[in-house]
Amino acid sequence: MKHLTIALLLVMVMAGANAQKYITKNGYIRFFSDAPLEKIEAQNRQVNAAWDMESGQLAFKVLIKAFQFEKALMQEHFNENYMESGKYPDATFSGTVTDLNEADFQKDVINPVTLIGKMTIHGVTKDIEEKGTLQMKEGKIIGKAKFFIKLKDYNINIPQAVVKNISDRVEVTVDVTLEKLVK
Amino acid sequence: MIVTGGRSQDDLMSLLGDDQPQREFAYAAFKSSHLILGQSIEMPSPGDMNFWVSHHFGHINSGFENFYGLDQAFIRFGFEYTPIDRLCLGIGRSTYEETFDGYLKFKILRQSKGAVVMPVTLAFFSSVALNSSKWADPDRKNYFTSRLSYTFQLLLARKFNDYISLQLMPTMVHRNLVPTKADKNDVFLIGAGGRCKITKRLSFNLEYYYLLPDQVVNPPAAVHSSFSAGLDIETGGHVFQLFFTNSSGLQEHAFLTNTTGDWFMGDIYFGFNLMRVFTIKMPKIPTD
Repeated sequence: MKHLTIALLLVMVMAGANAQKYITKNGYIRFFSDAPLEKIEAQNRQVNAAWDMESGQLAFKVLIKAFQFEKALMQEHFNENYMESGKYPDATFSGTVTDLNEADFQKDVINPVTLIGKMTIHGVTKDIEEKGTLQMKEGKIIGKAKFFIKLKDYNINIPQAVVKNISDRVEVTVDVTLEKLVK
Repeated sequence: MIVTGGRSQDDLMSLLGDDQPQREFAYAAFKSSHLILGQSIEMPSPGDMNFWVSHHFGHINSGFENFYGLDQAFIRFGFEYTPIDRLCLGIGRSTYEETFDGYLKFKILRQSKGAVVMPVTLAFFSSVALNSSKWADPDRKNYFTSRLSYTFQLLLARKFNDYISLQLMPTMVHRNLVPTKADKNDVFLIGAGGRCKITKRLSFNLEYYYLLPDQVVNPPAAVHSSFSAGLDIETGGHVFQLFFTNSSGLQEHAFLTNTTGDWFMGDIYFGFNLMRVFTIKMPKIPTD
């Protein structure tokens, strides 16, 4: 009986701990390059993200090959020439959400937050700090962010022949809906 | 109580690590649908059209009076389009024997890893060439079918890594009309080729079609196996191929069965192919 009580307690505590985690496998990331000669857009709807509400820790894992372009040849060159996705299949972010003290996840409000951590793209890791929002809606966490990435920071080189086709910084839009992790 | 402590960042990342393996196709084994003169396993993406201008000069050892071949020109231009995944259709016109040609290419197997492992890509290629030049002897009875010749190929390729891709091309050419009785109507060849990337946008290509002996006489000149070496230069929507070859024809039956140049005698042609991609139909990307 005593063992059972402890076991039950343990299960409840673990369940409680897990309830703090939110996760998705089909988040959305779009990037947009606005160069004088060409606008290039790509979308990825298979973004993996997880957030630990208790500690504020946040993780993203983005499969590079899952980015879809309007032109198939662009997608091929993106993978083959620029991102080298055979060698570097994922981009990741690993960090924490700050400003959580004033955030309200009891009501349906949009909480501005700051994301601090390490972004790894094309095998290069950089410390970043960007703004975003988090919102609790119908038991799900909606996270949004928009920021710029400089290609040079991640050793992605644009050859002289296409400098007018590809911008040296691209706008990244993140929109994820995280669901409570159940195990 | 004991287990409530926060898990580390690594655990959070490991929550994301258990993706189901998906079938992942090898792509861009070659930079374009042509290895050099002949075909590669590649084709335009569905909805894309390629425009080709293939061009080469006369042979280099033709002396100063022909400016080492640059006075002469052989041209083929053509279009190819991929209406549905794995199937490509093409048409073209060459100056050599005033030839019109049409072809289709179909991918039977596709190299992939992940959920389905397939070590090679296998494609079937078939073309028909129509010689529209004047009859050699207009007085005798000439048949329209005599103008036609057909090429059938299996293209078997593997992309070994980002740099090396190799291809084998067992080939048969059927010629309805042959010049002499000793010439075979069905001509068999074994082709082999490959590419080695030098940089991300530059690759070195080789292509060799071994003509099995005692099939082609084609007087007056002796016929050789076609051998070509070239560079692919890719710049966004264009691919430029610069090459040296001993073949004067640019359509399959021409360079496969009527290559009269001999590399060792200096009968070498310099040429280039120019390819431009046009997106005819955009693939469907779900929007918000």
